[in-house]
Amino acid sequence: MSGFNIYLTGVGGQGIGLISEVLMRAVDHAGLNVMAVDTHGLAQRGGVVVSQIKTGEELHSPLSFRGEADIVISLERNEALRAAITALKDGGTLIYYNTSWQPLPVRLGSAEEISETSIDEYCKKHKIKVIRVDDRELEDVRMQNIVVLANIDKNNLVPGVTTAHYQEAMGDLLGGAILEKNITLFEEEREAD
Amino acid sequence: MKILFNIFEELTMKNTGEILLKKEPFSEILMGNAVLVRAIIEAGCRVVTAYPGSPTPEIATAIRSIEQNKRPFYFEFSTNEKVATEIAYGAAINGHLSTVFFKSVGLNVAADIFVQLNLMDVIGGMVVVLGDDPGANSSQNEQDNRHYAYLSYTPVFEPSSPREIYTFYKEAAAVSKKEHMPVILRLTTHVCHAKEKVSFSGWDPAPPDNTPRFDPANGPYIPLTPDVLGMKKRALERLAKIEAYSNDSSLNRLVDNHNKKRGVITWGLPFLSLMDVLDRAEKKPDILKLGIPYPIPRKLIKEFLKSHEEVKILEELDDEMEKDIKTLAYDEGLTSKIIGKLDIDDWIGEYTPEKVYHLIDKTWPDLLPARKVRDEEPPEVPLRPPQMCPGCGHRTAFHAVKKALEDSDITVGDIGCHTMGYLPPYLMGQMMMCMGASTSIGSGLSMFNDSRKVVVFMGDSTFFHAALPGIVNALFNKHNVTMVLMENGTTAMTGHQHHPATGKNFSGPVPKIPVKQVLEGLGVEHIFEAGAYQVAKLIQMVKEAVQLEQFSVIIAKHPCMLKFDRERRRKPGYKLKQVRIDQGKCERINECVETFACPTFTRDADGRIDVNEGLCIGDGSCVQVCPVSAITPPETK
Repeated sequence: MSGFNIYLTGVGGQGIGLISEVLMRAVDHAGLNVMAVDTHGLAQRGGVVVSQIKTGEELHSPLSFRGEADIVISLERNEALRAAITALKDGGTLIYYNTSWQPLPVRLGSAEEISETSIDEYCKKHKIKVIRVDDRELEDVRMQNIVVLANIDKNNLVPGVTTAHYQEAMGDLLGGAILEKNITLFEEEREAD
Repeated sequence: MKILFNIFEELTMKNTGEILLKKEPFSEILMGNAVLVRAIIEAGCRVVTAYPGSPTPEIATAIRSIEQNKRPFYFEFSTNEKVATEIAYGAAINGHLSTVFFKSVGLNVAADIFVQLNLMDVIGGMVVVLGDDPGANSSQNEQDNRHYAYLSYTPVFEPSSPREIYTFYKEAAAVSKKEHMPVILRLTTHVCHAKEKVSFSGWDPAPPDNTPRFDPANGPYIPLTPDVLGMKKRALERLAKIEAYSNDSSLNRLVDNHNKKRGVITWGLPFLSLMDVLDRAEKKPDILKLGIPYPIPRKLIKEFLKSHEEVKILEELDDEMEKDIKTLAYDEGLTSKIIGKLDIDDWIGEYTPEKVYHLIDKTWPDLLPARKVRDEEPPEVPLRPPQMCPGCGHRTAFHAVKKALEDSDITVGDIGCHTMGYLPPYLMGQMMMCMGASTSIGSGLSMFNDSRKVVVFMGDSTFFHAALPGIVNALFNKHNVTMVLMENGTTAMTGHQHHPATGKNFSGPVPKIPVKQVLEGLGVEHIFEAGAYQVAKLIQMVKEAVQLEQFSVIIAKHPCMLKFDRERRRKPGYKLKQVRIDQGKCERINECVETFACPTFTRDADGRIDVNEGLCIGDGSCVQVCPVSAITPPETK
């Protein structure tokens, strides 16, 4: 039961695949044992996408128990609350990018979208630390994943994993100009207030 | 505006292809599906065939990452699973080790040939890789394909993890080659998609042997009455040999927790769930972890039963193993208590750690510590069903068909992205069964039915996979059905694989087999064709077609915009265009957000409509749907 469980979530198309692969490899570069699993299939088409990462000395299933993640990382506000309810333990940490990709019932007018306040209220009740991330200056929404990654690093959210590990992991996956731009953004965001 | 591409489509490292071909031993973190490819290479497999379907498409993604001229085997996506299996079989009886992979329900399509395979002498060896989907994560059911193994006397190897995929495939291939019999490598969704570090052996490629070794003397290869019973006998004898091998195989192993009272027999992903659950238990039961769940290793199981007072059979999906073990215990006069499934819930869903906790707790209430559950009613989060993407031609086509039909008319969906049309607000395709079935189901619905028009939907990949017999039948038997063929030029749902009408196969350019020409060749008299964005034209066509009282087709054509948009963003000089809502013109009629319902349109608490800049791809298909022209044509910001 020792170890550290990470639960990533967002909407298909937001780039969960990249941030989850970078995180997993960063944990590996830090010399820790790691295991991960993604959900694919229908979720890719604007549905919920979830990725789970486990670290620890002895790992078995890549899947985690409900309500036992140490940290939830969400690229989207509605999914942040959904995962805080289903996946996150009391006293855990929720980090999310403060944007909304409105779910169908909201757009059809049959449900209300989740507000920052409702997240804060729920998390307060369960002693969950909330880190809200956004960058209004960001030109490309597709890079929100890197903004979140930089804040994970800045806040030391994954024990044992440091800046160099994240950068090394990005280098495993990306190359050329794209790598450079991602690393630059990562560094800028780490240093931002 | 700079556009970078941070949507990580392929989920592989930039140099996966080189890694998979390494000659020296190495360790790497890879997804189960990619690990399989290294095992295929090391085993010397020469022919690999497939039809795309979750959870297996990333096997092909990993194959694609290897440069074509460096791939040590031939690979193709065949037109369907049956064809793929036939090709792998043909290659194997010519002496080449072959592998075919597809998703769970693909075996239903392949079944006609598959059930015969083990009657034959498959000299090269053949591994059938099944991507089963307990929990129906991305399938129309969670069928337990072990039933097919029983039906066809085919052994099943089932790994729990990427590491085991590597060793189990190689072992399965070796057994298959040695015994000249096909074997199943059964993977489940989260074994395919799990990622962990795997240590690989070196690879010393043997020079390819292309000798065609087919010899009728290895037969009979024709299962007719004089021979078929003898062939069945040989299949059963081989199965007995596999059982003897399995009793001593290291793929089956004991997790010895020195518990004489309680034991569990399990395998596959549920084994790992059980290990997670038992991390919480003080007095852990022993575990007999099987690697070959069919045929059951009776000697091994008998010893395990004899040495424990109570044995739980932790068996995901159906109860084949439970019945086998209870039969064994009865025959052997064993008295241990055997605990199988306790209620209907045990038959349903994936055996995740969460589920296994409850199963074990239900079996032995004293074993596991209670878990803390939040007892309050949590706030409600709006559901997020999957959607058709921004710019999807299916959306405009559905929008048109819905406007052309009466509410009482009947629409039948098929498999593909367009299946999602059944969701609000479109409600198009009120039923769906399996690949290619819509035309014939629609034909049945048209019987004794003059009052409710029947419209069926079809995708262009499914058209070639299994739709043709239904279409031919509609013509042959004169059924009054209108087909809307949603042609998006790819196999979109499973990750954009080519199909016979795209002009490319996995290896390179080939002549197109256009769907329209196929239909013309079959003699379809009324073929309408329009761009899927041409809503007014489509409405007219549908109205006309449903009056014809014979089989007619409307081809609604538009490229898959997910694929199109990804490709165009990679091109230099690309500039994103987007639509805007002209707030001065918007009268909040809400046609865009409620009826057309592109996910790009958002509505705030005050009812103001906006465009999500993260989603709009500037296709402009929405501009025509606003009655007061408040959606501006796409332009660069």
